[in-house]
Parts: sequence; C-alpha cells; structure tokens
Amino acid sequence: MNCFVGIDIGASTTKAIIINEEKEVLGHSVNNSGADFEVAADQAFGKARENAGREGSDKCIIVTTGYGRRNVPYADATKTEISCHAGGSFHYFPHAHTLIDIGGQDSKIIRIDGTGKRTSFKMNRKCAAGTGAFLEEIANRLKIKLGKLNELAEKAESSIQIGSYCTVFTATEILARIREGIDVTDIVKGVFNSVIKRVFEMDSMEGNVVMSGGVVAYNPFLVTMFEERIEKKIFVPPLPQLTGAFGAALYALESKGKGGLNA
Amino acid sequence: MSEEKKATIKKIRATGHMRKIMADYFYELDRASRQGPQKIAWCTSVGPAELLLSLGFLVHYPENHGAMLGATRTANDYIPVANAIGYSPDICSYLTSDIGAFIKKETPLSRAYEGIEGVPKPDVLVFNTNQCREVQDWLSWYSRELQVPIMGISTYCNIGKITDNALESIVQQIKDLIPPLEKISGNKFDIDKFRHVMALSKKCTELWKKVLETNMTAPAPMSFFDATIHMGPAVVLRGSETAVEYYELLLQELEERIANGVGAVDGEKFRLYWEGMPIWGKLRDLSEFFIGFNTAVIASTYCNSWIFKAFDPADPFMSMARAYTEIFIVRDEDFKEKYIEEIVHKFKLDGILFHDSKTCPANSNNRYGMPERLEKRLGIPTLTINGDLNDLRCYSEEQAKTNIEAFIEQLEAK
Repeated sequence: MNCFVGIDIGASTTKAIIINEEKEVLGHSVNNSGADFEVAADQAFGKARENAGREGSDKCIIVTTGYGRRNVPYADATKTEISCHAGGSFHYFPHAHTLIDIGGQDSKIIRIDGTGKRTSFKMNRKCAAGTGAFLEEIANRLKIKLGKLNELAEKAESSIQIGSYCTVFTATEILARIREGIDVTDIVKGVFNSVIKRVFEMDSMEGNVVMSGGVVAYNPFLVTMFEERIEKKIFVPPLPQLTGAFGAALYALESKGKGGLNA
Repeated sequence: MSEEKKATIKKIRATGHMRKIMADYFYELDRASRQGPQKIAWCTSVGPAELLLSLGFLVHYPENHGAMLGATRTANDYIPVANAIGYSPDICSYLTSDIGAFIKKETPLSRAYEGIEGVPKPDVLVFNTNQCREVQDWLSWYSRELQVPIMGISTYCNIGKITDNALESIVQQIKDLIPPLEKISGNKFDIDKFRHVMALSKKCTELWKKVLETNMTAPAPMSFFDATIHMGPAVVLRGSETAVEYYELLLQELEERIANGVGAVDGEKFRLYWEGMPIWGKLRDLSEFFIGFNTAVIASTYCNSWIFKAFDPADPFMSMARAYTEIFIVRDEDFKEKYIEEIVHKFKLDGILFHDSKTCPANSNNRYGMPERLEKRLGIPTLTINGDLNDLRCYSEEQAKTNIEAFIEQLEAK
C-alpha cells in the first residue's frame, strides 16, 4: 500500500488529494461535482493522480467524504466531512482551535481540543445564507465572475449593510443599492460582511481560529475581514479547499496500521 | 470508523395486538359518530380525558390524528390547504395538517380502516393549554366550522414550583366543565365513575412508565422510535382496561427481551436521548439509520409525557390538576434541565439529540441555550437537528443524517 487518497465530494465541487506515508501531498485536484457524484469522484481522482505523476498501478486506500461520499463504489470507507475537516485542520494546526469551514452549500464550525478530538460542531441551518451558494447567486445577479469578487471587495472604500438573511431578498436589497448609485465594490464588501455575520451567528469563536473551504480559498480578503472583526490572526491551511479531502486521506493512512479499512 | 450497515428493525410481537385494539377504538368512534348513542368529545392529548370518559363520552384526540397524518407522510398534502385559509406555515403542523385534511374531507383513518369515511363528528371540544396555546386555536377552528361548543382549562406556563394556588385554579376549572358536559352527554357526573376511570388511567400510566424504564437495561429492549408507536394506547385508551392489558403484554415481552439479552439495536454501542417531537414521517428511516450505526435512541421526553405520577383516585380532582400541570412541556427551563439530567444518569446515556421542530416552539427545547448548558454540566455532547413533527419541507434529510453520523463519529473518537 503506497498511496492514501481522500476524495471530498461536496455539493458544489469535488476535491481529491493523494498523500504518502509521510503525510506529504503528492497530488490534488478540484472539479465541479455536477449531477453525477461517481463521475465527479473519478475525474477528481484521475486528475490528482496525473498531478502526482502516479498514473501507474499504485495500490491505494481511498476514503470518501462530503455529500456524495456514499456514491463511490470503490471507496474503502466513508467518513463525514465534519470529521475529515477536523482531522485535516489539526494536522496543520496541532493545538486546540475553532475551525470555520465555508463550503459551497454549508458552513461548519468545529471545535477541536489539544489532542485533536472534536468537542462539538455546528452546521448552518437549512439555508444557504453564509455559504458559497450565496456568493454565487449574488455574483450572478451582479453579472460578475465569481473569481472577481475578492478583488472588488479589496478595493471597497466602504461597505453596504445587508438586512435580510434570505439570499433572494438580499438580491432585492442589492438592486435597491444599485439604483441608489452605490459602487459595486462596496456592495461586494457588504456581501462578504453578510457571510461573516451568518458565521458569527452559528457559534462563539473560542481560542485560535482556523478557516478553510472553497470560499476562503478563492476569497482571501474575507479572511482579512474576519481577522479585523475578531481582532486576531486567523490561520489558513495550505490548501484550504482541500482540507476535508486531506483529512479523508489521513483517515486512509491511519487505517493502514489497522490492516486496511476493509479488514 | 463508522459505517452505515443494512439495518433491520426488530419486530415487537405485541404490535399485532396493539393494531387490533387501536382498530377497535377507531371503529367504535366511527359507529358512535354515525349512529350514536354515545356522544363524542374531542380532547387535547393531555386534556381532562378521565372526566370525559366518566361522563360516558367516547374521546377522539386530534393530536393522535395529527401524528397519523405525519406518520403516513400525507401531512404535506394538507398543510398548504390550511395555510391558504390564513393559518401560517410557521404554526403547529399538527394543526395545519389536521385542519387541511378536514377541509379536503380526507383522513388516514379511511386508508387504514375499511369503511371509515372521516374523523368522528364531535359533540364537544375540550382543551387544556398545558401542551401549548395552539391546541385551543386548533379546536376553536372546529368550533366555528362545526358550531360545536368548546371549553377547557388554561394552565399556567413556564412553571417552576407548582403552587397550591395554581392547582386550586385548575381544580376549579375542571369542576366548571362538569355542568356543561353533563348537559351535552345527558349523563350526571358520578364521582365513583370518575375515580374508577382515574384508577385505570393510573394503572396504565404506571405500566407505561415500567415499559419505558426497561430501557435502563443495556442493551435497551425498545427504541424511542418503537416507543412513539407503542405509546398510542397510553394516549387514546388511557382510562380503559384495554390499555392496562396491552401494557401488561408489552411489558412482559420487553422483560423477556431483557432476560434473553436482546436489544432493539444489535451490538449497542451508544445510548442517546431524543429531546423534542418525533419527526413522524421519518420514524422508520431514522430508526434504521441509527441501527446501522449500532446506536440506540432509547429515552425521550416525548414518550415520558404520558407518565402521570400524581393520579390518585382518592383525590381525583386535585390529583388530576397536579398530574396535568406537572408535565414537562409546561415547565420552566430549570425544571426541564434537571429532568433531562436525571434521565441521562438513570439511563446511562452518551449524548442528547435535540430536535428543533420548526413549527413546535413549545417542544423545541434547544432554543434557549439548553444544549450548551447541559453539555457543560453533564460532560456529554449534544446535537441539534432541524426538522419538524409533520412538515417535511422543514427537514433536510442529507443535512440531518450527516450531522447524526458526524455526532456518532465524535462519540466513537471520545
């Protein structure tokens, strides 16, 4: 057994990562999940192998996580994204901390103690406010490419206040601000602030804070805004969008000592 | 590492007998509704049923009907009908589904029991607000619609210590019901009959308590999901010999399971508390889901709500007032916390699941910081699941199951 794979099949994107016994990242990839989770996982795994330059017949242990975790027939085991994010985060920050993961359709706050054990977790309620889906919808309404949001927010001189926590009503509020002639940069910063507010409503931020997830990966300015709000440094793992996949790969590696996951 | 396995719910033999006595109960109500001669009272589930039975009424419980609408997953066909006449989707989905079904002239009773065409027609509607204010609003709709008298008891809410003054007031309210109920039933109130019915209710409730307490054993012989079904007779047949006989039978079977070391969940690894309403449309699904993770949900406030310790045939009015005021749902946060704490210790539980039922604020006890306080005090984790008793639009299956699975993984890593 010489490679350990984590595949995180999320609601929006599928992430795959391959690590070795030293827990070093050999390859990784991200693609859209689309409508077929098994295909998405195949693609992500294939690309990660390519990225790792290991297209041969490596024997791998594969652990899947995320909403589509049960849709991969060749997976050796599944684990929830909550456990995987916690494991992935603790690897990089091996001390007690609060992890905030902002994904495509959910946000999670996970408390991890000094030994790496989860002590509690909370996920957003059945609403996409405060997640990547919210940003996607607003970018779409503003006819801005998703990848441009970070740059616009950084340029803002001010920030609008958004009152609603419904994505659809927020879009209506934004239209009103556009009619008032407010600069789009201030609107985007207001939208980022709205995401941050939703996260703060979920739980209190105790101790050191780590942030991960696709939203964080593509919008580092959101982390800066978060730091300003809590007035302390926030830690971000090297591949923030792949934290869950990395955690899954660590579970695959951990299972090796137990004789493999199917044992 | 947790892995969901194919799960099978173990059948409880007594279920067959329960189905029969429940069918007899519904057919008797249906006959009386169509032909008489008995009068029919609709009563809220923790209303003064013993008084009504002693006056010769047959009793229909709208909350039981609401639960049937939920369990048959038909509630969502009817909730919008009630919404359309001004009953908000944010209020009790028992109420909205029951009223919606009535407007559409449909009932799960017709599908379950051949020949029954509708819910029994009421001669009187009787409530106790100890459950919530919605029960009064619910029966008030029927009162206006069917021109049927409504009466009831207004219980204090958020009660800590139960005072004599409060109980005296409830006793007076119960006594005030007697003259109009005598008139409607055509029967004179008879204290001995009242005592007799209460004695039967007391036996029923004591047996139901014993049934639930069999789960103090590990492995627990019955799951919370089983118990929500088997509590049917404690709700609708209390005050009858039939219910007493049923719980003797069920208790015997569960004791047999204990003697043979048989649990509701094979390889029971974790024991959990379910706080709040059941998600009626997902009982089987959730039951199987937990079995797949060797996790037994075995204690609940909900099923305990039909344990009335105070019943005393020697002092029927005061003991009824006390019994129906002591129930969990109407108590303050301090009482509720201590109550849950006691059960957690008694049943040796590993965690608590709170169901935040969107349309049932009265029975969603996660909303004022209780999970966080209990976690600190008891040193066990809690999880809140968002859902609803009947309105499945408020339940996200994937999110709920991921949360539960992650919770079990957390217990495994402890």
